[in-house]
Amino acid sequence: MNELVFFINNVVVAGSVSGSIYAIGAVGVTLIFSIMRFAHFAHADLMTFGALMALLLSTAFPAAGASIGIPTALIMLPLAMVLTAALAVGIDKVFYKPLRAHGVKPIVMVIGSLGVTLILQGLIRLFAGTSGQSLYVDDRKEIFRLALPFDGVRVPVVITEPQLYLFVITLVAVIALHLFLNRSRLGKAMRAMSDNPELAQASGINTNLIVAVTWVIAGGLAAIAGTLLSLDVTFKPDLSFFLLLPIFAAAIVGGVGHPYGAIAGGFVVGFAESLAVFNWNILLRPFRDSFPAWLELPTDLAFVSTEYKIVVPFFILVAILIWRPTGLFKGKVI
Amino acid sequence: MPLLEARDVHGGYGSMNILNGVNMTLEADEVGVIVGPNGAGKSTMLKAIFGQLHVNQGEILLLGEPIHNLPPNKLVQRGMGFIPQEKNVFPSLSVQENLEMGAFLKPHNVKRMLAQVYDFFPPLYEKRRQPAGELSGGQRQMVAMGRALMAEPSLLLLDEPTAGLSPLYMNDIFDRVKEINAAGVGILMVEQNAKQALAIADKGFVLAAGQNRFTDTGEALLADPDVAKSFLGG
Repeated sequence: MNELVFFINNVVVAGSVSGSIYAIGAVGVTLIFSIMRFAHFAHADLMTFGALMALLLSTAFPAAGASIGIPTALIMLPLAMVLTAALAVGIDKVFYKPLRAHGVKPIVMVIGSLGVTLILQGLIRLFAGTSGQSLYVDDRKEIFRLALPFDGVRVPVVITEPQLYLFVITLVAVIALHLFLNRSRLGKAMRAMSDNPELAQASGINTNLIVAVTWVIAGGLAAIAGTLLSLDVTFKPDLSFFLLLPIFAAAIVGGVGHPYGAIAGGFVVGFAESLAVFNWNILLRPFRDSFPAWLELPTDLAFVSTEYKIVVPFFILVAILIWRPTGLFKGKVI
Repeated sequence: MPLLEARDVHGGYGSMNILNGVNMTLEADEVGVIVGPNGAGKSTMLKAIFGQLHVNQGEILLLGEPIHNLPPNKLVQRGMGFIPQEKNVFPSLSVQENLEMGAFLKPHNVKRMLAQVYDFFPPLYEKRRQPAGELSGGQRQMVAMGRALMAEPSLLLLDEPTAGLSPLYMNDIFDRVKEINAAGVGILMVEQNAKQALAIADKGFVLAAGQNRFTDTGEALLADPDVAKSFLGG
């Protein structure tokens, strides 16, 4: 049973955590692609920027959370979302809109977004330095240890406070996005523009407004992912940049331009990662006595070691592009 | 004052002109039909009116006000509706959502107009929850017309509404166009099926090489032996 708890901690919990982060990031990437038809490589740095905003706000008002008993950074999250959304809209106005007005090819927009990445990374380092900082400025991270009610279970299921918040907020964000896209006038117009931009314009839909709404949603979601990730580990200026590959893998696995696909893709990549780095020897240990004597299992039976976790989304990305380039849900081919 | 007036319109893509001086006048209660050989600039003229093509000489007036080179969404606000020939629906949106998009600028009108459009196209009501991409060509044309009507336009532009439809559907579409016109909407459409289209036209514009070749009532054009010989296949 201890082995099963170990599996839950290292695969189920860890996979859900990275899956949620990837899903939230990939939804933003996929929405931007479906409206503006380019891969937004600066998306991860929007996440880091959101986390930085939460960090700065928490440093400014460190005691804000203690009064109601939730982490200060979480109270600051709505404000961080607003600021990140404003940054995203601003970046679009300054960098992407002039490019669109010239009718450039998507690849030019992609290169432009790489430039934005460099600018954002520089700015973030300028204000936050290069070292890691905890988003728990004045408060303490709660860690829940749930002992399973079985005999002989010594190891508890470990889950942290920010992880629980992450699951709840991911669920709320997904439901809110679903309702927005299917019930609201702007959400439907967004889907319409993704389907057929010319016809959307011909129907009187203000496409500039839809572009702005897309950036607001993508920026807000990026701030959620960045803040909750930094709460769970620590804030680092390059924290989310290394999530760019898994996030794009998730968006492509789900079918680019398909928000629900991006959510599914996020969890596929997240669980694939945690399954790939899991040491399967641990699960086999209880059955060791029944193995033939000549079979000597290595002590580390993971597909890849943790340091090389990044190859997993890369492998998934290559595999999906070869065998199913439109993704699990039918999306557009980049 | 005419609903739509085009005076000596020149325009095209880049430096190449496709329209070389087109003139048109359409009254508010009329059906106008643009016919002519391939490459005559028929659809291009429609695009120029709807702000999708740069007009570099001449002017286009809607109820006396210049509208050339205004973006399409501004023209929709001014009462113009456009139904493109291809890709005339949002395929992943349901039929009802397609219609709702037509009233994007007049959200308070949605309920009333939906009822009217369903009344006008009963088959759409049955399929209202189905993605428009799953419909047949004729039904899609109904969705496209319904979407444009949702904005209560005063002028409706149709680019080859019967292209690729069976003759049965074709007559149905022309009947619908007449009904829409009878309800007080000015119509300007481009048609390949010149004879049938001119038969319902108050005004016909025969274009060739980006210029008016003949301009008259539909009836007179059909009766004109020159028009018949050169443009209606004898």
